[in-house]
Amino acid sequence: MKLTVLVYSAPYSTEAAYSAYRFTASALAAGHEIYRLFFYYDGVHNSNASSAPPQDEFDLVKAWSELIKTHKLDAISCVSSALRRGVLDAQEAARYEKEAASLGSQFVLSGLGQLVDANAKSDRVMSFGA
Amino acid sequence: MSSPNPPKTITFISRSTPYGSGRAKACLDMVLSAAVFEQRINLVFMDDGVWQLQAAQQPKSIDAKDLSAALSALPLFEVSNIFAESEALSSRNLDPAALAIDVKACSAETIAALIRESDVVYQL
Repeated sequence: MKLTVLVYSAPYSTEAAYSAYRFTASALAAGHEIYRLFFYYDGVHNSNASSAPPQDEFDLVKAWSELIKTHKLDAISCVSSALRRGVLDAQEAARYEKEAASLGSQFVLSGLGQLVDANAKSDRVMSFGA
Repeated sequence: MSSPNPPKTITFISRSTPYGSGRAKACLDMVLSAAVFEQRINLVFMDDGVWQLQAAQQPKSIDAKDLSAALSALPLFEVSNIFAESEALSSRNLDPAALAIDVKACSAETIAALIRESDVVYQL
């Protein structure tokens, strides 16, 4: 089945983001296709590479990044959600004259049109953290 | 980006207060984006989401943008299937005839039917 995973929640605030990660990994292991990961609303914090949890805790941002890299997933962070929350790529950091770019290298900033496209092209959209 | 084909029936359930969190605005942004790409859209207000329909909101006093003004743009995007759950309105003493925008007051059963007929449901 062709799936899109939509994440509304930040890491560590609720379990939803971790559940989304586990679901994605399990779906891939079961042979399903992940058409797109879309991080929206507080979910954009999953793409913040500046996240630095204690060493004895699960590093969700790192885990997402490795999963995306291994399976060559399309991982989008909603640009309007991300800019508000300080998750910027180098281009946006320069444009808004901010001190730091924190978007993880495995993620891409783009618009809600990418969610609508994923909605049209996927068999199911699974939402986490609504 | 090309328009995704074929269009799907998408039901958005907006169930959060207008200014208590960013969820109401985030939900509306999803609705408008889907409308731009010409999907078949139902928008349902239920639970605390019906507070978004309160007329004469004064969000300037909390330095917020007027969400109900944004809602009034929905017809421009040809989003006309807009519903509000009757019980959510009545339990909050909101008059369906005196809301910020025109909505169809409907029962929980009607909403259940909308969900059954949808390809995808989003709630926020």
